Amino acid sequence: METTQPHAYRESRGELVHFDDGIVRLFVLATAIWGFVGMLVGALIALQMPFWQANLGPYLTFGRLRPLHTNAVIFAFAGNAIFAAVYYSTQRLVKARMFSDLMSRIHFWGWQTIIVSAAITLPLGITTSKEYAELEWPIDILITVIWVVFAVNFFWTLKVRREKHLYVAIWFYIATIVTVAVLHIGNSLAIPAGLFKSYPIYAGVQDAFIQWWYGHNAVAFFLTTPFLGLMYYFLPKAAERPVFSYRLSIVHFWSLVFIYIWAGPHHLNYTSIPEWAATLGMVFSVMLWMPSWGGMINGLFTLRGAWHKLRDSVVLRMYVIGITFYGMSTFEGPMLSVKTVNALSHYTDWTIGHVHAGALGWNGFMTFGMIYWLLPRLWKTKLWSPRLANAHFWIGTIGMLLYVMAMYSAGVTQGLMWRAFDEAGRLVYPDFMETVIQIVPMYWVRLIGGLMYLAGVILMLVNLFKTIATAPSKLDDSSITVS
Amino acid sequence: MSPFIETDGKHRKLEGWPFMFTLLTTIAILIGGTVEFLPLVLVESNVPRIETVLPYTPLELAGRDVYIREGCVGCHSQQVRPFRDEIERYGEYSKPGEHVYDHPFLWGSKRTGPDLHRVGGKYPDLWHVRHMEDPRSTSPQSLMPPYAWLLANDLDFEDIPSRMSALRKVGVPYSDAEIESAVRDARTQATRIAEGVAETGGPDGLEDKEIVALVAYLQRLGTDIN
Ligand code: HEM
Ligand code: HEM
Repeated sequence: METTQPHAYRESRGELVHFDDGIVRLFVLATAIWGFVGMLVGALIALQMPFWQANLGPYLTFGRLRPLHTNAVIFAFAGNAIFAAVYYSTQRLVKARMFSDLMSRIHFWGWQTIIVSAAITLPLGITTSKEYAELEWPIDILITVIWVVFAVNFFWTLKVRREKHLYVAIWFYIATIVTVAVLHIGNSLAIPAGLFKSYPIYAGVQDAFIQWWYGHNAVAFFLTTPFLGLMYYFLPKAAERPVFSYRLSIVHFWSLVFIYIWAGPHHLNYTSIPEWAATLGMVFSVMLWMPSWGGMINGLFTLRGAWHKLRDSVVLRMYVIGITFYGMSTFEGPMLSVKTVNALSHYTDWTIGHVHAGALGWNGFMTFGMIYWLLPRLWKTKLWSPRLANAHFWIGTIGMLLYVMAMYSAGVTQGLMWRAFDEAGRLVYPDFMETVIQIVPMYWVRLIGGLMYLAGVILMLVNLFKTIATAPSKLDDSSITVS
Repeated sequence: MSPFIETDGKHRKLEGWPFMFTLLTTIAILIGGTVEFLPLVLVESNVPRIETVLPYTPLELAGRDVYIREGCVGCHSQQVRPFRDEIERYGEYSKPGEHVYDHPFLWGSKRTGPDLHRVGGKYPDLWHVRHMEDPRSTSPQSLMPPYAWLLANDLDFEDIPSRMSALRKVGVPYSDAEIESAVRDARTQATRIAEGVAETGGPDGLEDKEIVALVAYLQRLGTDIN
């Protein structure tokens, strides 16, 4: 990291810079393959919910596979997508090759090792049970080491940059790298009891608080800030338009990173945490709506005067869906944080609908758009089939809508049934089972939606491998001459 | 504000200074968590103690670890909210002081099945054994997966003391004597439960199986306050 002068970037006119494209190709491949695996597991657990016979015990039961699904889609699918975006765009934005090719490779293979360890240990029942932090302590240590390698490589690249000013995408990457490190370490502090078991140092109320400080900000700094960075680089590129507002990016960046951290307690409304903490969480969550929409506005308005391009560009259409769903889930999130709404939604499928609007809409489509844009550039050839990409767009969009609609109706239905009283003041549905049977049809609809979304991912995989097959046998790194 | 965010304003300078930028970002993300978390640790009144809440017995602890291993928390919450319908359905709402020995907390975020915080004492032991072996035998329309292997797997009694020692390091007040006699105590409690199950018409020979630990844990849940 730079400690001396604000002007310590390199003056290097006329110099030829080669970028490391190989590492980006690796991360893109990993993204697509793990995306398929993670969503396949998603489809399996979606089947297990209405059809218990699909639980193939003990290793493939719902309880053990649910964390496998969340870890695979968040850390393997979204994670590799983030790294692809960071490695591709940072090199170009700072006009420098990544500091160390070796560190980039250690990062890549280390991360895949972590994912494979997760895929083995979670079905074996080796878990901390803390959501999105289920991996046991030896894997946690490996995550820390690999993250540090990533950070050193990234910050050293900034140090040797040839572009004085850091572009807004880089700000979001910086926030991501720092905060994920802090969250991961803070939430994983535990005392081992053997190689595959540990107990967190916090208990009860404090453990719950730390967990959702982590959990909520995993959403913020793993599923949001790096994807905003991705948006700020790839959207203007694909639209061939500058970002809508520089000032808006400054204001929404700083307010977003400052406010997000406070919002964790909205996962614990009406639980045993103190009232003041829940209220703080609610207030900051509602405030979060504004900086979130700042990002959405900056994204959508970048397309001003370029909307006609959507007709021919599946990449841009995917970004528009992605950013729109970002806007929807960051409106819905603050609403769910309001106590009276949360009283109804908490514990129901409404949360699952909210999660997947963000995950399938925002993370999924931003990633797909990036992959379709990168394929011809990284493999120096044409996309094998634009029509297949178009089919992916439609089947994915419809599948996602089916998924979230089914979950909203299931969530609201069940939430209302739980609290229904008759005139005599007795529960209308005292038997929990009645409220489950009512929503089973919605579980089937969700499965159909999920399978459609998964089918889209398969189309993308086919397109990807067919495209690679037409690539020239020798792929040179891209280069630029610094002007 | 505006000299800061102008096209050539102060922020522009900051963008040329990654170290400072990273430092300011780090400060910005540390404030919220610190302000919220410190009072939770330092101010006792945030988690009022309840005298009757005690650590889990060795067998219950082993059962809790089975609950964690199987991922029950993915479908069952352990947190009754202070609403009329929840109190009616599940029982007294959950208090902060009830969780002081819960490393980790198991409150959950989704109720695919019902809340379990007040399930202790709600059903006989035999009901739980049958229900875990085949949920449809007790609740005909249930969607829960069967866990028949819990009736076949041997419980790892020998590992319990080291788990208690680890928990002691994070603040659970297990005494030396309790850790020393943990295996014996666990076996005694297991035998008592297994005998009860057999006497009420259930299967024989469960005293060294994982199921009795899980049953012990479930029967303990939410019963420390009355
Ligand atoms: C084919 C696509 C997918 C299907 C069929 C699917 C299905 C599911 C199912 C059935 C659950 C469990 C819900 C419950 O317990 O009630 C779940 C949970 C979850 N999924 Fe997915 N999923 C898919 C894609 C994704 C993607 C792409 C992401 C993230 C990038 C994601 C993130 C999550 C998260 C975070 C949860 C846990 C939610 C919570 O605890 O509240 N899913 N998914
Ligand atoms: C302004 C932004 C947002 C706010 C204030 C917010 C708020 C919330 C709230 C109140 C819940 C429900 C907690 C509960 O009742 O259990 C929730 C759950 C969740 N949200 Fe958001 N949300 C936001 C944006 C997003 C986005 C963009 C994503 C995904 C990319 C996302 C992913 C999730 C996940 C994964 C959960 C489930 C956590 C769990 O219970 O396991 N959120 N959010």
